[in-house]
Amino acid sequence: MSTGTEGLVSGNPGPRSWRVKIERRLEQPRWLMWISPIILILAALAVGAVLLSIVGVDPRLAYSRIFSAAFGTPAGWLRGEIYPLSDTTVKATPLILTGVGVALAFRMRMWNIGAEGQLFIGAWATTGVALHLLSPETSPWIMIPAMMLAGFLGGALYGAIPGVLKAWLNVNEIITTLMLNYVAIFFNNYFIYGPWALRGFGLSPRFPRNAWLPRLMDLSDRFPIFRGLTAHLGILFGVAAVVVVWYILKYTKWGYEIRVIGDNPEAARYAGMNLKRNIVLVMMVSGGLAGLAGMSELSGVVHLLQERFSPGYGFTAIIIAWLAKLNPWGVILVSYLFGGLLVGGDQIQPFGIVQMLNGIILFVVIGGELLLQYRVRILRPERIVERAAEASGS
Amino acid sequence: MQSKKLWLVLGLLTIIALLIAACGGAAETPAAGGEEGGAAPAETEEAPAGGEATPAEETGGVSIPEPEEGMFNVAFVYVGPIGDAGWTYAHNEGREYLEANVEGVHTVYLESIPEGADADRVMRGLARKGFDAIIATSFGFQFGMPEIAAEYPDVAFLHVSGFLKNDTNFGNLFGAMEQAKYVAGMIAGARAKEDGSNRVGFIAPWPIAEVIRLGNALTMGVRETCPECEVDIRWIFTWFDPDKEIQAAQSLLDAGATVVVTGADTPGPVQAAGERGLWGIAYDSDTSCSAAPESCLTVPYWNWGVAYAQFAEEVKAGTWQPSDWYMGAEEGIVGVLGITKGEFPDAVPDWVIPLAQEKWDKMTSGEITRFDLFTGPIYDNKGNLVVPEGVTLTQEDLEGLDQATIDSFGLDREACTICMNWLVEGFVPDAQIPAMPEG
Repeated sequence: MSTGTEGLVSGNPGPRSWRVKIERRLEQPRWLMWISPIILILAALAVGAVLLSIVGVDPRLAYSRIFSAAFGTPAGWLRGEIYPLSDTTVKATPLILTGVGVALAFRMRMWNIGAEGQLFIGAWATTGVALHLLSPETSPWIMIPAMMLAGFLGGALYGAIPGVLKAWLNVNEIITTLMLNYVAIFFNNYFIYGPWALRGFGLSPRFPRNAWLPRLMDLSDRFPIFRGLTAHLGILFGVAAVVVVWYILKYTKWGYEIRVIGDNPEAARYAGMNLKRNIVLVMMVSGGLAGLAGMSELSGVVHLLQERFSPGYGFTAIIIAWLAKLNPWGVILVSYLFGGLLVGGDQIQPFGIVQMLNGIILFVVIGGELLLQYRVRILRPERIVERAAEASGS
Repeated sequence: MQSKKLWLVLGLLTIIALLIAACGGAAETPAAGGEEGGAAPAETEEAPAGGEATPAEETGGVSIPEPEEGMFNVAFVYVGPIGDAGWTYAHNEGREYLEANVEGVHTVYLESIPEGADADRVMRGLARKGFDAIIATSFGFQFGMPEIAAEYPDVAFLHVSGFLKNDTNFGNLFGAMEQAKYVAGMIAGARAKEDGSNRVGFIAPWPIAEVIRLGNALTMGVRETCPECEVDIRWIFTWFDPDKEIQAAQSLLDAGATVVVTGADTPGPVQAAGERGLWGIAYDSDTSCSAAPESCLTVPYWNWGVAYAQFAEEVKAGTWQPSDWYMGAEEGIVGVLGITKGEFPDAVPDWVIPLAQEKWDKMTSGEITRFDLFTGPIYDNKGNLVVPEGVTLTQEDLEGLDQATIDSFGLDREACTICMNWLVEGFVPDAQIPAMPEG
């Protein structure tokens, strides 16, 4: 809490100059912190409504369609129509896993923006296990855990690379993680067009049935209500990851170290914490969770390795972690919101309208969030003079 | 307590993420590896760099795709935007034809749907909403369809350009574009002969059977009107990339070709040739020439509407039987601009027009089928006899359907024996098919 308005009249402002100041609000009431996202989302929807009216769509109709496609309607739930929730869960699953991984790294101020690449490497390792390492007849009780392990380890080792570079050579992790995304995607392409390709189509062969995560629809014999529902076990990985990360951060010594290093690395060093070890470890867990997201997406949804099977989950994860204020539980909530937006988006054509709507919502929510955190002040010359006088007088 | 610096950096990162997500979205083109997959970037709305404007009246404005009470409802799932002036545009013309020509049909479309899990979800959603038929028009859409078709037995599913099907409510469809390409080749050959260059260039998107088959048909057409001509080739490994398509065209022209024939989606190569006062042949849609009508000799184009109309009639009447449905020039699923509609520009030599017309008439009357085009003796461009005298390639040969693919998808078909993985005599001798990964 070192910031205050006093610090802002820094240097020697010329008495005649106009100045624009962006300063952090000193007091932000707790209730505002939680209510602001809701206000911002409503504001974004209002802006979107204007846009929709301009292009000739009734916004109420459009929003009700998007919402019911994403989350269903109470009347529908009573009739047993829970597929919108299932669809949204499918989309939210990789977002939760990557989002919580990114949030963990960000908490220690390791700016891991490489979740997309870590997800791809996790997916690659998963495919290797499912198609090439284990026989198709392997029991799912062995197959699935082996794939999970491979996915997590793949992402973890890939995350370790920028971690090691940062810890020992102080290489900026923003650059390395960003660039390694592209390496991972092209690495993946090499395999699906090369050694693992099926007729040059940019696909691997399909995974054997024993390598599929169970889906709700698999239970439809016993529960007809689950017919056609594609939500899969991966969502439980996501929830488990959230619980574990939350517990680590809140109740363990390691979590305490992560928080201290994040807030004040110098103090952490004086306190004898091992920065190098923690940097690498956090990057590994963060990458591992993204790798697990890749595993769950392949094993639960796509069932093969494909070019661009991820529409950028690892990048969206950064936005999600931010909107969730790095709170693991918040990641679940925000991921469901984003998942719903992705699912409901198909309800309007042409496609560009929805893209624009999504863009507006993101822009308003994130831009508004900054405005709530900070205030922009335009200082007129007189005031600067006054304040300089005040400052010297006091 | 987090300090303001944390939030500043986070804010910046978020902005970076937004930018990347936006670009990532563009990179998120539908898997381009598929036969006719990947027509266009997922989120470009504008027409490709060919510069051709999207005809506004065709787009039908903004809509919420829902079935209409009391109508026969058909939903189309497209991989690209309908303004791509190519593959998806041609399918959307087919949709409009269907709606205009079959009584009581209501159609909707969803464009720019990525192949894979998203397409599956979209198709499930359409089936739940109560559409009677769903038509999916990109190669990669087919893989989820057997499962979805089984979940919704009352919905008829038709997939374009693939090979999967079931016995009750899921079939596939393709057409003998090789016939139209052959006639286009005759025109290209005649022009190259007049130019004295004796050289035609072909832009090949992917080293897959479909592209090779069309390139071979084209080259045989070239050799019919210009036996001394050779066909040069450039592989671009994409269906839709305006820059690469134009670069390939320029490279072919630099190497001495005076006619460039594109197998990819945009009319850019035709324009590139036009800028040098030379000639091009476009692909996919009967409007592809309108960007450069003077330099565009012709277009072999798709006419999906006839198939969609027949499909809808049969499903309505309850007589539709899913199959590996392959239509030809006889049924009118393909056309050649200048013959089937419109006129040839002045650049097409007069003497070749009756020849092309005659050939086309034999194709539409059923006298020359795709199998007749691929009957031996046929040599490859290295001088080896590939198809012996009297031998005709099978449908599986034409599709290059090998044992690995058949096993992998459990298809009930014979494997190809003379698989479509050779370039016909008439391609320059050093032309080759880039390494095709073994399945």
